[in-house]
This record gives sequence, structure tokens and C-alpha cells, in this order.
Amino acid sequence: MSKPKLAIYWCASCGGCEEAVVDLAEDVLALLEAVDLAFWPCATDFKRADVEALPDQSLFATLVNGAIRTSEQEEMVHLLRRKSRLLVAYGACAHLGGIPGLANQFSREEILRYYYEEGLSTVNPDKVRPQPRCTHEGRPLTLPRLHHVVRALDQVVPVDYYIPGCPPTPRITQNALKTLLSDTPPPRGTVLAPDIALCDECPRKASKPLQLSFTGFQRPQHVAADPNLCLLAQGLVCLGPATRAGCGALCPQGNMPCSGCFGPTSRVRDQGAKMLSSLCANLAPKTEEEIESVLDTIPDPIGTFYRYSLPHSLLRRKVNLPVTTNGD
Amino acid sequence: MPETPWEPRIVAFFCNWCTYTAADLAGVSRLKYAPNVRVIRLMCSGRVDPQFILEALARGADGVLIGGCHPGDCHYAEGNYKTLRRMRMLRRMLAALGIEPERVRLEWIAASEGDKLRQVVNDMVARIRALGPLNLPTRFAEWDRELEHPLPTPESPASLDVSTPSPVRVNANV
Repeated sequence: MSKPKLAIYWCASCGGCEEAVVDLAEDVLALLEAVDLAFWPCATDFKRADVEALPDQSLFATLVNGAIRTSEQEEMVHLLRRKSRLLVAYGACAHLGGIPGLANQFSREEILRYYYEEGLSTVNPDKVRPQPRCTHEGRPLTLPRLHHVVRALDQVVPVDYYIPGCPPTPRITQNALKTLLSDTPPPRGTVLAPDIALCDECPRKASKPLQLSFTGFQRPQHVAADPNLCLLAQGLVCLGPATRAGCGALCPQGNMPCSGCFGPTSRVRDQGAKMLSSLCANLAPKTEEEIESVLDTIPDPIGTFYRYSLPHSLLRRKVNLPVTTNGD
Repeated sequence: MPETPWEPRIVAFFCNWCTYTAADLAGVSRLKYAPNVRVIRLMCSGRVDPQFILEALARGADGVLIGGCHPGDCHYAEGNYKTLRRMRMLRRMLAALGIEPERVRLEWIAASEGDKLRQVVNDMVARIRALGPLNLPTRFAEWDRELEHPLPTPESPASLDVSTPSPVRVNANV
């Protein structure tokens, strides 16, 4: 019997999720014994035409990493959806929108203007911008179009499973692939990681105070954190209480607060709002003025609470940004 | 359905012990206030998860009003302080995400303050009316219109050929 076919594809991502597959190290051999890699453009020489030539539903599973923010990515995930029995969002960007999703605070025009005209390292006196279509020496050239809105994978095509993390750890990846290949896969829509908060598996858990009381927040680069004490107890904004477990508390073990890359547990709809709720309820002051001065110590609330999940939050995007839809 | 002119829709979360009782008092006292508020009774203003507020707005509310006991009067001692702190941060986040912070309002209204409830509701309706509709469901639909277009099929191939190397791409130097 031929082995099930696996595909791996990237969209708006940094390459870290591809690296995470490579990080399986020699365990990748066991993976290759179980599946055939049918399409992995980052690592091997496959073309889109190879995917198009496959019969529909002939891929056992496709792992897609990265957010969706160009017309090319949109087309590719529709194609891969059609060819795959299981479509899996791999990593925080495909799962929730991820770091690229923070672009949902800006309009497309602001982004293009900054990167092609105003950026400090940009030299572009003619203000040339990439065009979806143009002609060069008589030949037509095309480029994918940048979407106005950054989206998670399931905001573009139906998704069967989610493997969380920025990037997913080798253990999470291996367990997830084992689960997918098993005879009894979990219900569609499951996030393939434990459904408990990160604090539960954090080695600092015992030192988490029953009652937190914040008089101000520290930024990790400004303090030498005690390596054993709960980071929240030290005034660091650690997203552990609002984040799914499964990474083994890698960041707290490296003396850095959790930034939330595994997303929320299944009981939480909006990770940022939930973290805001948990953290701010425990401020020490009781007057508006004093509360405001404590809140001033979190200079970037969106980047702090929604670092990986803005596109998948209840509001999805800064709501008063323009979108034009007539062809552009 | 005939077009009806826009009216502000406000979701109100009132605590059982103070503000909801004040709303009852306003009722039995036959005080008239704007009918634009849909009241949800909770045991404490501290039960108002910021997710409730965002979801109300995302589903079409133009504003959210939260009513709790005065500081020091909370039936559960500290619940209203927790709400106050959360609301101060939520206001910052709403502003950063393009929603006027005045659309979410926190008021302390004691059980005896039926008339204050009337004033707060009327004032909030007037302010939301001045701000105009928020209309997030329509905005979300507008955002997703960029996904509404025919996708390439095997019969009509991709509009953007991303895989096949061609002389055009090799020499492209723009």
C-alpha cells in the first residue's frame, strides 16, 4: 500500500514553522517512513503545477503555516484545500493570524507608503510601488495583490485541525502528526495541544500568589528576573493564564514571560480580552488616576495582549480603516 | 421589511444588587427613559468579561453600558473595582482599534438612584446618537468582500502563475 501523502506550504510567515519541521531532526526519518512528502516548496523542488495535477482529495493532509494576506496565498490555500482530506493550520499565524496579523492595525495604504516611501532605510525617489500588473520591455508582468486584511487560515478556507505555537515545538508537531495518522482522530476543529492554561505546566506555578496586586509593570529588558519566582509576581506581563499549555513553558524556563503564541484554550473566544481581564482586575489602585498611571506601564496594549491573535479576535482589525473593493 | 431609521442599540449589563434594582425602581416610579437599552442582569459588575463587551459590539451594538454599585458598596466587596480597572484598559484598547471609547460607559448607580439611571440612559442614548451607528457586522462583511471573486479552476487556470519559471520572471528587473 502506498504511504499517505503529506504537503507543507507557507503563506505570510517568517520561515520559523518550516524550521520547526526541520527541528524534528533525526525524527524526520520516522515521519518519512510514515508519509510521502508530496509538496514542500521551501525544502524540495515542487511546483504548483504538480499540486494541480494531483487528483482532488489525494493528499492525506496539508500543513499550512503563515497568515493569508495576498491573492497568491489565497489561491494556493483554496487549491490545497481541494487536494487535501485534512487541512491543518500549522503555527500561530495560520491558527490565529500571528505576528503578521498586527498589520491589521494599519490600512494597506499606510503599510505600502511606509515600506516603499517613508521607511528610514528606503530610497525610492520615484515612489515606485509594486503593481499587480505592468509591462516591462513589452512583456506583461504580474504580482500577487496585497489584501487589505490579514487573515488566519480558517477565515479563508475550512480548517480541520490546528497545531499551535510560534513555532510549534517538535514534541507538539510529532504528537499532532501521530494523532492525525491514528485510527481515532479527535473531532474536527480541535487544537492539537492540551486544553489547559500554561500556568498549569509552568515550573514556577508554586510561587504564583493567590492574590496578585500590581502597582506597575516591568518590561523584561529592564529587569533581571528571579529565575524561580512566578513572573507575574515580579510585575512582568506573562500571558500564561490566558494561553494554552503544550510548549512545556519554554519562555518562562528561559526567564522570559509567555507572550501567548499557543493561543487561548477552548473556553476563551478572545485571548487578548481575557488576558486584559485577568491582568487588570488585579491592579492594586482603586482610583482612576492611580489606575491610569499603572496602565501607562503597558505602552502597547494591542501588541501585548493580541501579539499573535489580532485577526482572530472579536474585532479582527482596527475597525475604522478604509477598504476599497472595486478591483483594488 | 420597510427601512426603519437607525436607532442606537445599547446593551446594558446591570449588577443585581444596585443598578438592576435602580432600573426596577425607575420602572415602579414610572420614570420614562429612552427605550434603546437592552438590559442584561448579572450578579455583579465584576462579572462583565471584556469579551462580553467586544462581542456585543461585534454583533451590532452601538454602545455598551455597565452599571454597578458605588465604590465601597459592592455586595462582593471588590467586584466593582475590578470592573473599573478593566474598563480603563479596555478604553485604551478600543481607542487603538478605532472605536470611540465613549461607546463603552461604566456608571455607579445605587439601588435608590432610579432617577440617575434615567439620566444616564438618556444621556448615553443622546451621545451614541451623536456618534452615529457603529455597525460592525456590515464593516466585517465589507472587509470580506475582497475574498469574493472567482478562483482559478483546472478549466480556467490561475490568474497568477507563481510556480513555472518563465523568461518574463527571470528578466524582471523593476
